[in-house]
Amino acid sequence: MTSPSSLRAFSKALAPRGASRRLLRAASSSIPALSPAHRRSYSTHPPNAKLNLPTDYSTTPLLAHSPHAALGNPELPPEVRNGTTKRMNLFQAVNDALSIALAEDESVLVFGEDVAFGGVFRCTGKLAETYGGDRVFNTPLTEQGILGFAIGAAAQGMRPVAEIQFADYVYPAFDQLVNEAAKFRYRDGACGRSAGGLTVRMPCGGVGHGALYHSQSPEALFTHIPGLRVIMPRSPLQAKGLLLAAIRSNDPCVILEPKILYRAAVEQVPTGAYALPLSKAEVLKEGSDVTVVSYGQPLYKCEAALRQAEKDLGVSVELIDLRTIYPWDRETVFRSVRKTGRCLVVHEAMVNAGVGAEVAAAIQEDPETFLRLEAPVARVAGFSIHTPLMYEAFNLPDVARIYDNIKKVLEY
Amino acid sequence: MFSRAIRLSRAAPLRAAAAAQRAPAVVPIAARRTVTTNAASARVEAPVPESDNEPFPIRLSDESFETYELDPPPYTLEVTKKQLKQMYYDMVVVRQMEMAADRLYKEKKIRGFCHLSTGQEAVAVGIEHAIEKTDDVITSYRCHGFAYMRGGTVRSIIGELLGRREGIAYGKGGSMHMFAKGFYGGNGIVGAQVPVGAGLAFAQKYTGGKKATVILYGDGASNQGQVFEAFNMAKLWNLPALFGCENNKYGMGTSAARSSALTDYYKRGQYIPGLKVNGMDVLAVKAAVQYGKKWTVEDNGPLVLEYVTYRYGGHSMSDPGTTYRTREEIQRMRSTNDPIAGLKQHILDWGVAAEDELKRIDKEARSFVNDEVAAAEAMPFPDATPKILFEDIYVHGTEPQFIRGRTTDEVFYFQQ
Repeated sequence: MTSPSSLRAFSKALAPRGASRRLLRAASSSIPALSPAHRRSYSTHPPNAKLNLPTDYSTTPLLAHSPHAALGNPELPPEVRNGTTKRMNLFQAVNDALSIALAEDESVLVFGEDVAFGGVFRCTGKLAETYGGDRVFNTPLTEQGILGFAIGAAAQGMRPVAEIQFADYVYPAFDQLVNEAAKFRYRDGACGRSAGGLTVRMPCGGVGHGALYHSQSPEALFTHIPGLRVIMPRSPLQAKGLLLAAIRSNDPCVILEPKILYRAAVEQVPTGAYALPLSKAEVLKEGSDVTVVSYGQPLYKCEAALRQAEKDLGVSVELIDLRTIYPWDRETVFRSVRKTGRCLVVHEAMVNAGVGAEVAAAIQEDPETFLRLEAPVARVAGFSIHTPLMYEAFNLPDVARIYDNIKKVLEY
Repeated sequence: MFSRAIRLSRAAPLRAAAAAQRAPAVVPIAARRTVTTNAASARVEAPVPESDNEPFPIRLSDESFETYELDPPPYTLEVTKKQLKQMYYDMVVVRQMEMAADRLYKEKKIRGFCHLSTGQEAVAVGIEHAIEKTDDVITSYRCHGFAYMRGGTVRSIIGELLGRREGIAYGKGGSMHMFAKGFYGGNGIVGAQVPVGAGLAFAQKYTGGKKATVILYGDGASNQGQVFEAFNMAKLWNLPALFGCENNKYGMGTSAARSSALTDYYKRGQYIPGLKVNGMDVLAVKAAVQYGKKWTVEDNGPLVLEYVTYRYGGHSMSDPGTTYRTREEIQRMRSTNDPIAGLKQHILDWGVAAEDELKRIDKEARSFVNDEVAAAEAMPFPDATPKILFEDIYVHGTEPQFIRGRTTDEVFYFQQ
């Protein structure tokens, strides 16, 4: 029952045998001989595509492919920079962060549906064996209960890390997050207690064929709530540092982990304990003509698009990862847009009232940045529809759309 | 109503104690008895009539039910030979359909999430044979069998799994999302269908007519708060709701005892009477639901049923289903408690049909499903057009002027 492999298969729930990595591998080689009727039914890449090619995670500059690249990150503390690294994918990095948190702080707890077996995506593998069933345990299927319970434990000074199995399942727990977790400090007032020890992890985003209840990106719903910190990491190194920061943070944090990256994104991750700054964006690539703001998985598509745009159009594009989506780092974005005069926001969630709307509005509200704008702020995001089973890849921002919009804001 | 519920719960243990004193030899055994999962435990007490349509009584096993604050349903059930053969045919079709889905999934023609009900056929089939088409059913993501029994065609169900336009939900939902007349889905969110079912039942009561809603959820889902919220509303407003926990022993990979403080799911309504049923025996399910429907449409309020069943496969296609339970356990259920084999044995033993006729039914069901699957595979994919992409988000004709696509040039205007 507690065999670490017991739920291994669930982690591959997204493809019959072999999860997203295999999916990507299959997609990156030319599609094997399928009959024409089946060729593009789900999320395979179009044949002869020039831009919408599968992301090659083994070469993308967004991942640290060497220990040198990983340890060169200036945000790491000196002792970690002088330490070692290990090749990890995103779920292993999450596991590493949880393991460090459990080891360094007795008040850290990890629980959720099936987490004692390692969880659907293997993020909590072996933690129950190592740290004991009283600190890492399964809960019943009760999302509202899980978060209410976690908030109570946090109010007592514990540091619970609660897992919601898929971000799509969080809605019954929404009340607990909005009305309890976020408002706790404000309500408690003079007693000085809060639910600040709370961290909620949930896998989000498209994966190829998740359909209505396994592909949503609900981050914008949480960004509306003062009191919460909403975080989405782009890579294993980032996930480890941001998760540790969230666990140590004294505000309730919601971490959305792009599930397609769990296995696909592999990089060198420092083995030491380190936290990356919350509410701080990161300029991934400097440029002078257009600013592309994104977070999570679409950053890889942005990177491919801007590389091509720079080659074709002879321009220089700046790429910013928001990392914390709320409260977000306006200054870094404003500074960039004041330099480039053009901005494009890219996210996977649907466009209506999304993070792109907030970023675009903030840019035009800031007088100095507004006066520097050479073109309207553009958004590339998911369609304002429910995620259908079919054609999921078309529902998400793709390289061609991002490329096209870089071009558009330049030509405005 | 509230005071009556209290009186009942106080009186019941007293009644049981008094009864135990009066007849100590019989009742204590009966009180401790648990429901059997034997799929062939009924018997006939008189010769079975010649005619296909003449009803005859069958006697269910004494271990078919367990009750909570409720008198058990009659242990005698009237059936016809035709009905028995139809139930057999239906269960075979459901299993063949699930096996076809299994095959198509392994061929990578079906992608995404897919939860099969192999082993649990007696629940979907038994319920449908106990209710009317005007009654309503709502269930969880393990919904293919229910969709078929409610009137969805095999080709539309398989077509949906394959993501085809002629699928039961236009190929947009896939495995967990199937709707038919009198069937409100498949629901991918664990437990979410239970309060929705209470609303269905309210509408039935409000609009009149002797109708009921059968609401199904799993043993895992039974710990969701909204299940209890629905119980309360249903009892408070005396709704014709037959809540039913399909207890297949495992919520994903977690056994019932590891997730539930009380695994007597039929007692979880507390102030709602409960009925635990042998969910491997289609006849017991039929008898229980028939009785439940009669009870609830006579304005006695809701019931909480528990169908004791078993899934042969894993939780979903990506779960081999053998890591949290033993292969012996699966093998034992398959070989000794199979609902189809159980009914088959009855049909042969009672002389309802001869071996040849059953073989013919088997063959007919298999070729029917094969033809339907072939038809589904030939269905076209949805057209990749904005019209299809943006349909059914708002009511047709009064949509907003436009809906945004990924970029401004993908904005779709409803009035072209």
